Amino acid sequence: MAALTETHHESYAWKSQNNRLGMWLFFISESFLFGGLLVSRFFLWGGTRPDLPQLVPLIITVVLLLSSFYMNRAEVAIAHDDRRTFLRSLLITALLGTIFFLGVLFVEWGFSFNEQGKLVLGNHIHPTDGVYGAVLYGMTGMHALHVLSGVILILILWNLGRKGHFSAKEHFGVEATAIYWHYVDLVWVVFYPALYLIGTPVAHGH
Amino acid sequence: MSIFRLGLVRGLIGGLIGWAFGFALVVGVRLALGLTPQWRPMAPGLAAYEPAVVVAGIFFAIGFMLGAGTMTDWLKWARGIPTPFHHGPRIPGTPEWARYFSVDYSHKVIGVQYGVTGIFLLGVGGILAMIFRLQLAQPELNFVAHDVFNTMISAHGMIMIGSILLGVGAMSNYLVPLMIGASDMAFPRLNAFAYWINLPGAVLLITAMFIGGWNTGWTGYPPLSARAPLGVQYFFLGVFFIGLSSILGSLNIIVTTLRMRAPGMTLFRMPIFVWAAFATAIIQLTATQLIGLSFLMVLVQRILGMGFFDPRGPVWFEVDKWVGGGNPLLFQHLFWFYSHPAVYIFVLPGLGIISELLPVFARKPLFGYKWIAMSSMAIALVGFLVWAHHMFVSGMNNYLRVPFMFSTLLVAVPTGVKFFSWLGTLWGGRIEFKTPLLFSLSAISVFLIGGLTGPPLATVTTDLNLTDTYYVVGHFHATMFGGFVFPFFAALYYWYPKATGRMYSERLGQLHFALMTPAFWVMSLGQVYVGMHGMRRRVATYEEALGIGTGQLLITIAGFVIFISVLIMLYNLAVYARRAPKAAANPWRSRGLEWQIPSPVPEVSFATTPFVVGEPYDYGLPGSRYVQMAPLPAMTGGD
Repeated sequence: MAALTETHHESYAWKSQNNRLGMWLFFISESFLFGGLLVSRFFLWGGTRPDLPQLVPLIITVVLLLSSFYMNRAEVAIAHDDRRTFLRSLLITALLGTIFFLGVLFVEWGFSFNEQGKLVLGNHIHPTDGVYGAVLYGMTGMHALHVLSGVILILILWNLGRKGHFSAKEHFGVEATAIYWHYVDLVWVVFYPALYLIGTPVAHGH
Repeated sequence: MSIFRLGLVRGLIGGLIGWAFGFALVVGVRLALGLTPQWRPMAPGLAAYEPAVVVAGIFFAIGFMLGAGTMTDWLKWARGIPTPFHHGPRIPGTPEWARYFSVDYSHKVIGVQYGVTGIFLLGVGGILAMIFRLQLAQPELNFVAHDVFNTMISAHGMIMIGSILLGVGAMSNYLVPLMIGASDMAFPRLNAFAYWINLPGAVLLITAMFIGGWNTGWTGYPPLSARAPLGVQYFFLGVFFIGLSSILGSLNIIVTTLRMRAPGMTLFRMPIFVWAAFATAIIQLTATQLIGLSFLMVLVQRILGMGFFDPRGPVWFEVDKWVGGGNPLLFQHLFWFYSHPAVYIFVLPGLGIISELLPVFARKPLFGYKWIAMSSMAIALVGFLVWAHHMFVSGMNNYLRVPFMFSTLLVAVPTGVKFFSWLGTLWGGRIEFKTPLLFSLSAISVFLIGGLTGPPLATVTTDLNLTDTYYVVGHFHATMFGGFVFPFFAALYYWYPKATGRMYSERLGQLHFALMTPAFWVMSLGQVYVGMHGMRRRVATYEEALGIGTGQLLITIAGFVIFISVLIMLYNLAVYARRAPKAAANPWRSRGLEWQIPSPVPEVSFATTPFVVGEPYDYGLPGSRYVQMAPLPAMTGGD
């Protein structure tokens, strides 16, 4: 068993090319998930949307778009062996991503603790509010889950980068995480108008 | 070697710990927030601990995967520890038998793991079928309680689908790398993960029967599934994890096929089965997300009250500002967007097996190779455009019916291409009637029954009368047996000497064939017959006045004959063949790459890089060659 030979398929560049293809296939697959949610939104809401405050969604959208800039900066930095900028940009991206995530959780969904210390939802819309609540929480929830996993990946990268992993030539992990982050960002670019901008606002209690 | 070192045992222990952790987590969080540990159910009749049980089910899968060791290398990577890949057992020193019960990265081990798990689930689903066929053998029997009957037919459906997906995984994992001359799959760790996630899925699916069962059929339509007993939640979770396996496994197949082919193997020199596996993988990669989504939506509707499919809304829930508006039709659209193409996931690999075996046993070139390859791709593509033919009576907009009728009938064109090619390949061949070929022939005959009973269901006018009758059951079982079960058995017999190095008993193989083929004709045509005489689907009994008692009895007898014949196959492969003589290196005189190497396949499949120098199926053409195993002579300049 010890003398087993490795195959010719061993170079980093060759493997990265496999990984890259696999990654894009994963995005194609994920697009069907997000596409299904989007279809559900149009099937159930049609030409309407719930009448919700606009400011918070707008702010967190800007935050998320901004984070993509820093993610790109991190990737460019490592490609030029600029480790300081790489690490700093990763942290900024993770921070902005976390702000987005907490913004969805605690402002948009409105989780908070009341006087008795009970976790309660904010007042403007609940998951049980018919299709409006269901679709809004379903879409923002599925997206927030992806943001959260992206933040975790970025923090893993930061930790590895701190220990001296990745180089200008070998940084597929960074590339993959960056594209994943842009992808999650792009999904929000489609979700945000579908949830908050398109359609006639419907007020509480019809 | 202690059994506690086996991945399977560790996985189950990890799963149980995960389950307890998940349950305690949810109840603990509620207690910490000063709430009662149990829920106020979101719909009448739901279990008070349902959310905790669901979260526990998710943590069961996570605990299982961590315990089994599927994620060990990834967690190491995340901490910056190098994880070099090497052939051989993952943990050096693991005995050969233990590799099959532990996480292993070799596609040959994983392929066998898929196959054995698939056959195990086939047995579970088969036993369920035998029990409820007894109930249906005579009118107005009370052999099985009716709610148990409902659980059994539902479980039979989904467990068999899981079994088929595992069987497809077995064939594509074992065969694709060998057939294209690759050392392994492109992502061996992901491959192991994709297999192992099936196990918590299967466990949850089987557990679902014992925690209340569910009465929705395999389709799980709301609003019924939104009110069904607790078991439906583990049915959803089980399908969800098996679906995750489909997605990750298919991603691997696509990358492997596109990137790992031996030198000289252009796309149109790939074995036809690889084309079929590739087309299958495209469907699995994309459509599977939609069944996951649709089941997830019912799951959260039940535990969080999110009313995707609830037109009325949870009116007993006083905080609502927006009420209702849900639509059960949305579920059907999302569900069938996967579950119709899923049928092609089940049959395309099997049809590929038929095309793969016929030229070998007819000693003739495959008729219309490119057409066959493209017909698989065409079926995969058209398969995405036909889902609503399951919904002709659902109440969807009537104008959608005719387009879906035409797109459905269009599927017959690429399928017909395959039939003509099979006939063209057999025509004038010197056919060797060995067991794998016999099963291919039964597959063709049975798939023809399935194919010909299809158009009356695709046509709106006739479907309105036939829908939800046993006619559908007969049609569906004929396509599944013709498209998957018979070809899968053919593949098992054909590649058994490859995987084990031993030859099974040809006599027992032919006995299996002689029992199973006519029995299946009786069963399938019998189902079509009783369906046309008014037997409804999914009912636990029927009246004598329908006059179908004899038909039902024949179906039950035929079902038992099939069951016994499969037991003969298991005896043949698992018991008889162990002391059988060693098989010849290439008993079928195949030209395939996988037959040019020793059997069983050594740890490193190809000692030297194989070169593809010709067309794959030019049997009987003088001077033709497919592969050259020794290196080609070095090119000299100025040639």
